[in-house]
Amino acid sequence: MTKIDIFHEETGLTIRNAVADDLARIIELDESSSGINKPDYWQESFRRFGSLQDGRYFLIAEKGSEIVGFIIGEIRAWEFGSQPGGWVFSLTVDPDTRLAGVATLMFNTICQCFRQAGVDKVHTMIDRDNITVMAFFRSQGMMAASTIPLQLSLSDMDNAEEAS
Amino acid sequence: MKLQRSSRLALYSVLELASRPDEQLSASDIAAKFDVSLNHLAKVLRDLGRARLVEAVRGAGGGYRFCGNARRTTLKDVVEIFEPITLHDVGGFEPGDKTEFGTSLAVVLGEIDDIALATLDSITLETMLKLTNRLNKQPKG
Repeated sequence: MTKIDIFHEETGLTIRNAVADDLARIIELDESSSGINKPDYWQESFRRFGSLQDGRYFLIAEKGSEIVGFIIGEIRAWEFGSQPGGWVFSLTVDPDTRLAGVATLMFNTICQCFRQAGVDKVHTMIDRDNITVMAFFRSQGMMAASTIPLQLSLSDMDNAEEAS
Repeated sequence: MKLQRSSRLALYSVLELASRPDEQLSASDIAAKFDVSLNHLAKVLRDLGRARLVEAVRGAGGGYRFCGNARRTTLKDVVEIFEPITLHDVGGFEPGDKTEFGTSLAVVLGEIDDIALATLDSITLETMLKLTNRLNKQPKG
């Protein structure tokens, strides 16, 4: 069980575990960033990662009583041939609160969780057009990993087969 | 990926100046550190000045100083002053480009370009300075 509740005096931010009552604001923050409203996805994410299960982290950043960001990650092992490592797969900050150190504080906190859990590597994946988020992770010291994500368009494959 | 000499020199110069924001450095100091001709460096600094990344400070103790925003300026911003980053389709068609293999090769080279572009566009000068500090602190192997 990983209980997090840390007040950061310098920024006035609190980093703590997400609770069910936070979901509406999380959905709103995600929509303001991604442009897509997806409540089912976030309810399912909360069910999977908000349960304080070992190796799973769903953290929010709060300024006063306002949630200004959230981060989700977990420890995964042996997929894609990789050693156990931390994966950050969601990071969102209120657009009005950017450049205030919110993302850095959340990232540092989840890295500390990974460190305490005994893993050394932290991974993430970003669309290469998402330069803002990629620049953030770069600024935290992340570099290209030895794995390269690949994808296949099944409709292109089907069309090619039909044409041949 | 290999950058042209002017691009590399421009990156070295802005990084050197951005790492010492309160100082002015002479062109000859920069040229000596990176072992390049003063003439070549002068041209590069002039182009960086036009791009408002460095400025010349005249008078005694004068030199060049960084005047850009290290948190906002990316490697791509600097390199693009000196060379086009998407290289594979610059300079018109080469023999074979319009064949079926030429088309496939263009797709693969485009993939490499896209990754290189995203990398250069996501690394700011400030991130480069952090990386440099980190690498300098690592034990030399």
